[in-house]
Amino acid sequence: MAGLPSRHRSLFLLAGVVLLQVLMLAVQIRRDSQSRLIRVWTVSAVSPVERSGAWGIGKVRDAWRHYFALSDTARRNEDLIRENGQLKLEIMQLQSKSAEADRLASLLNFKQKQAKVPMILARVIGASADANSAVVYLDQGLHEGIGKNMGVITPEGVVGKVIESYGDTSQVLLVTDRDSGVGAMIADSRVHGQVGGMGERLLDMKHLGADDEVKIGDPVVTSGMDRIFPKDLPIGTISQVKSGPTFKQIRVRPSANIERLEEVIVLLTTGPLSMKQEAPAAGNAAVTPPSPQPISGLTNTKPAEKHP
Amino acid sequence: MNDTFDLRISESHIEVHKFHGGTILLCVIFALVLQAFLPVYITKASILDLPLLITIYFGLSRRNPSTGLLLGTFIGLLQDSLSKTPIGLFGIAKTVIGYLASSIGARLDTEHPLARFALTAAFFALHQGIVVLVQKLLLAQPQPWFTMRLLIACIVNAILGVFLYHFLDRLRKS
Repeated sequence: MAGLPSRHRSLFLLAGVVLLQVLMLAVQIRRDSQSRLIRVWTVSAVSPVERSGAWGIGKVRDAWRHYFALSDTARRNEDLIRENGQLKLEIMQLQSKSAEADRLASLLNFKQKQAKVPMILARVIGASADANSAVVYLDQGLHEGIGKNMGVITPEGVVGKVIESYGDTSQVLLVTDRDSGVGAMIADSRVHGQVGGMGERLLDMKHLGADDEVKIGDPVVTSGMDRIFPKDLPIGTISQVKSGPTFKQIRVRPSANIERLEEVIVLLTTGPLSMKQEAPAAGNAAVTPPSPQPISGLTNTKPAEKHP
Repeated sequence: MNDTFDLRISESHIEVHKFHGGTILLCVIFALVLQAFLPVYITKASILDLPLLITIYFGLSRRNPSTGLLLGTFIGLLQDSLSKTPIGLFGIAKTVIGYLASSIGARLDTEHPLARFALTAAFFALHQGIVVLVQKLLLAQPQPWFTMRLLIACIVNAILGVFLYHFLDRLRKS
């Protein structure tokens, strides 16, 4: 190399560095190792900055909302948003064929009764450095029991799943990402399909035959077939339907506000979640349909794996 | 990373620039943190590619292809490790961009805002092209070559680049 002119030297260097990275890509694809070490270093270096940034912004925003910008209106607005979320859930359950009185009652107490399900609240502290992928970072990780393939939700609906977990941080693949996939079904007709991301706001629902009955506005819920999310969690509502020769082309608007995620719930299990059938109260027995599957009664058949 | 350097004064009388120690490293870290942090609060900010703008700027300023491509590699690999992409995808793209930016910087006057706008837009398109090519050829992930979002991103990044470079010019040693 020493005898080469400067221009050729840099060309050789370019070729060498590119080749090295191509080899690195090839090794990762073969071994699926994902070069974890460099990721751990970088995430560990960046997440404290993101964490303090999120904390600082949270404090400034709280101060602004509560002391400068119409404090009463802002608080009332927050209450209404919270109440709106609960009502959305209530409507979803009423529309479901298996909805019943005690399910509705337990949904109203969603927050309290979710204590039965192994889950943890986490704050979104960062997004992907790559504009083409829909990934966020949470401020909870291995130390809190979060592991790969755990479901991430909000009270409004499905958000995504954990794809990597570090000490105090975890990486979540959102449902809007091209690589994501959730077992889904139409809430009313119970027709099964798969919902995945397209790299944009709307989701794509696949594998619904040309003869299946689907209409705009139909709610889409999880089918539980992916063994990540429990059955009947809201995913979204159908916003576009186009007929095709074999399958319908369906677009779904997500229920969860994916673009404005601040706090999420991580389901602390990679095992299947089953619905616990609660005994109906005596007074409600007359109005209770036979197949209750309350979200609040989720139980875990396999305990959450605690990572060191 | 050595931040102080002299440009060779060629026949075309290209200016000599120096940066304060640590400037490049700080800019790189700041760009990466901002890239991962901004979209959480401003969704539309996800179309920005601040690490690419930093690669282009310091590539054009350094005017040394070897250091330009190594800086591109460094930034690209860090960006990869903060994404879900396999390590090396952005590394390859930014290595090439760093090399080309440094090579062009050594031959052309890249101080004029219009030249900077055009170069940034061209480098953005090329960067995207390399990423898609690598995804198609090496990772077997079908990605579109062109979308309206990419066109908008290209223009927005080029405009932002002009202002960002103007700001970064102030960090040069006079």
